[in-house]
Amino acid sequence: MTDTLAQLTAKDFTSNQDPKWCPGCGDFAVLQQLKNAMADLGLKTEEVVVVSGIGCSSRLPYYVATYGVHGIHGRALAMASGIKTSRPELSVWVGTGDGDALSIGGNHYIHTVRRNLDLNVILFNNEIYGLTKGQYSPTSKVGLRTVTSPNGVVDHPINTAALTLGAGGTFFARVMDRDGKIMRDIFKRAAEHKGTSLIEIYQNCPIFNDGAFDAFSNKERKADTTIYLEQGKPLVFGKNNDKGIRLDGFTPVVVDLGSSSVSENDLWIHDEKDFIKANMLSRFFDDPDASENFLPRPFGIFYVEDRYTYEDALTGQIAAAQENGEGTLEELLAGSSTWTIG
Amino acid sequence: MSDTTILNRDDMVTAKTSVSVLFAGDSGDGMQLTGTQFANTVAVYGSDLNTFPNFPSEIRPPAGTVSGVSGFQLQFGTTGVYTPGAKFDVMIAMNAAALKANLKNLHHGGIIITDTDGFDAKNLNLSGYGEANNPLEDGTLKDYTVFKIPVVSLTRKALAETGLSTKIIDRCKNMFVLGVLYWLYSLPLETTIKTLKTKFRKKLDIAEANIKAVQAGYNFGDETEMFSQHGRFSVAPADKKPGVYRRVTGNEASAIGLAAAAKKAGLKLFLGSYPITPATEILQTLAGLKKWGVKTFQAEDEIAGVLTSIGAAYGGALAATNTSGPGLALKTEGMGLAVILEVPLVIINVMRGGPSTGLPTKPEQSDLLMAMYGRHGEAPMPVIAAKSPVDCFYAAYEAAKIAVEYMTPVICLTDGYLALSSEPMLIPSPDELPSVTPVFSPARKADDPAYLPYKRDERGVRQWAIPGTKGLEHRIGGLEKQHETGNVSHDPENHALMTKLRAEKVARVADIIPDLTIDNGPEKGDLLVLGWGSTYGAIKKAVEQVLEGGCSVAHAHLRYINPFPKNLREIMGNYKKVLIPENNCGQLLSMIRDKFLFEPVGFSKVQGLPFNEMEIEAKITDILKEL
Repeated sequence: MTDTLAQLTAKDFTSNQDPKWCPGCGDFAVLQQLKNAMADLGLKTEEVVVVSGIGCSSRLPYYVATYGVHGIHGRALAMASGIKTSRPELSVWVGTGDGDALSIGGNHYIHTVRRNLDLNVILFNNEIYGLTKGQYSPTSKVGLRTVTSPNGVVDHPINTAALTLGAGGTFFARVMDRDGKIMRDIFKRAAEHKGTSLIEIYQNCPIFNDGAFDAFSNKERKADTTIYLEQGKPLVFGKNNDKGIRLDGFTPVVVDLGSSSVSENDLWIHDEKDFIKANMLSRFFDDPDASENFLPRPFGIFYVEDRYTYEDALTGQIAAAQENGEGTLEELLAGSSTWTIG
Repeated sequence: MSDTTILNRDDMVTAKTSVSVLFAGDSGDGMQLTGTQFANTVAVYGSDLNTFPNFPSEIRPPAGTVSGVSGFQLQFGTTGVYTPGAKFDVMIAMNAAALKANLKNLHHGGIIITDTDGFDAKNLNLSGYGEANNPLEDGTLKDYTVFKIPVVSLTRKALAETGLSTKIIDRCKNMFVLGVLYWLYSLPLETTIKTLKTKFRKKLDIAEANIKAVQAGYNFGDETEMFSQHGRFSVAPADKKPGVYRRVTGNEASAIGLAAAAKKAGLKLFLGSYPITPATEILQTLAGLKKWGVKTFQAEDEIAGVLTSIGAAYGGALAATNTSGPGLALKTEGMGLAVILEVPLVIINVMRGGPSTGLPTKPEQSDLLMAMYGRHGEAPMPVIAAKSPVDCFYAAYEAAKIAVEYMTPVICLTDGYLALSSEPMLIPSPDELPSVTPVFSPARKADDPAYLPYKRDERGVRQWAIPGTKGLEHRIGGLEKQHETGNVSHDPENHALMTKLRAEKVARVADIIPDLTIDNGPEKGDLLVLGWGSTYGAIKKAVEQVLEGGCSVAHAHLRYINPFPKNLREIMGNYKKVLIPENNCGQLLSMIRDKFLFEPVGFSKVQGLPFNEMEIEAKITDILKEL
């Protein structure tokens, strides 16, 4: 807390509670970048509310020195929607997990996303239930052996990007927990986006699902298995930036930039305003370990759309209704039709 | 009006103190509208009034069948109108099915006004009577006074020159019947004419046709010989308190009560809600109050309904959610969160027949124990109940006051009977309404000591610390909190302390609620009839009746169920026996037995129907015989 106008630092956003996450948990990195981003954004601690549901990641509010509410399982987005609707001027952030947001809270997820309240939602996806000690989650890979899937998961996993865009989301980004700088920038873009900003973080759980994202984070492999989306830039990836994505009709194909028949000019240029292409990117969901012919997993900002927010539209309706002044208590009590006796 | 007023003709006019009327017809016949018109007329005329709609749960059930019958019941009178009437004195039956569905509830010797055009072969077959058994002809109705009016034919004749299509003209038939009824009860047409002019201000031909139809019905009464044997009736206006009145249903009253409390408190009202019968009109009413700054959020489900409200409450709004039984079940986890967060929240539960989907359109009082105990953990909250449609306003208002002033969720119980019933409401002046006073924590400076969000005052109530206030940044949640600091704590002693503090806070609400008073009857005596909620009207009437017979019976009605009024035990001790009529299997009874180790007499009715006064009177008489 500070009484001066000086911009706050990440330290000012650090609460007096020590994080109780396991050593090596990806959540630490997210917490740090969140605080960095809040400082970068020039936010004041009293104007921020961090809301969460239940799960390891949902402890987030306790560790940020702003206002915070730790709610009940799956309901973070509903609670955040109530806060934002009643107090549109607040900066509202939500910390949630793959179980919290996509399983028990799945209904709130799709409806919050389509309403497009101006919320910043950080979805910590570790593809496992950590707080309850290692059961599979709705994003766990098929075949994953856990305490509740001793023979391997048979549930088909949720594709968060496709779900978000399918539900009418206006901002979707994906980031790896260890990519601190990118995360910080994406948090800032999310905050600046007027609408529900959904940031899926691939977050490693070193205890119950260690290495779940190795295919995309391993130094040796990630250049070939991932692609980083940059506005206006061609989709290029590979160890030596030697691969690209070209659209063959409606089919994205990996092309070898080393060959003489292909140049960067032939490649797919990323446009975060392009809904159709964003939907195609959301379907880049192959498992590099399952096949040689996979599309790289995209990271960065998939899609950004300018659309009115729920709270602005509602506030606008109220303003219109109050054009000739706010109703008084007398008028409220009297209603539209009265009669007099005596 | 004297009991021999003579208008155009020498018809005898008989004075009545109250009359119960049922308008029944096919769900497409406009019976709700017709009944509402009649209700507005008698209200403006100055009668006491109580209405209740009775319609099928399907939107468009098969026309002409018993399942498609829509009814609107009302009682109006000079005195003693607390219910829509146990049985009706007059029934309007627009078709054979309407007669068949409702005849059992008509008083012996009552009046039936029928549209004979609704008793053709087709309607008789659809109704189940069969075309060979027209009840208007075969003596079925010999114990009643039946007026057989060819309404459709007469309406067509009256509107022949309007140039409107037969289809549109036929839709005016309900207005013709209304006109007949106005004549029969010596009532003026002005209120209805005025309403029609407003309602159809953009369709003047339709307005005129409807006005012509209502006038034609009235003139028909005047001219026909049909009524000459029975004459007309008059019901003198009630001796009502002078003032400005409006007509409200229970659900409208609940909605206005919340909005009024917010205004009085200087707060913004937020309602998170999911549509559910019979509670939806609260959401609908509040959605129309944007001029008063009300924000409604039609949530994706019941859970989001309560959670968005908790979010809004955390943000400093007067937050409420409304629902009925199945929705209350879904909200219970969220309500527990509101208990541990200690934020103000009003939950209006409009009870209906259960369990499960049960009887969605029928009232019951069977959620009392869920309201009291239906949460995991030790999660007490105040519970109050409304006793009449108008009282829904005061109950919702008071629920909001307690929620805000005690930083607690409060359940306000109404039911499907109150929700849809209507009665005249004397509009209070804003000054008459009790204050609603939120206590917000003020901003703090950097060198102030650390903020303690769960520091309590002498009543055990914490302050409201809302985001945006400098220096109050704090983190709270559903995990148990350390006393005063609000930090997460798993300490055993602390949990015991916090559990106790939360319970004591709710119990202390008893300090501000008024003592239970005797509504009617002696302060000490043979029998106390103790009611709660919508049984009020039936008990009131029944006790009035037995008191007239010289019995030693009193009526008291509980608004505050948690906590109970402090003098409840003492009051019950003043009578030899206590009778508790409830539309459930004895839920208040078991609470009273549990708390006072005392055995009242229970009287249950779980038929999806409210009690009527005869049932309660009979029960009282039975008990008195045993004393």
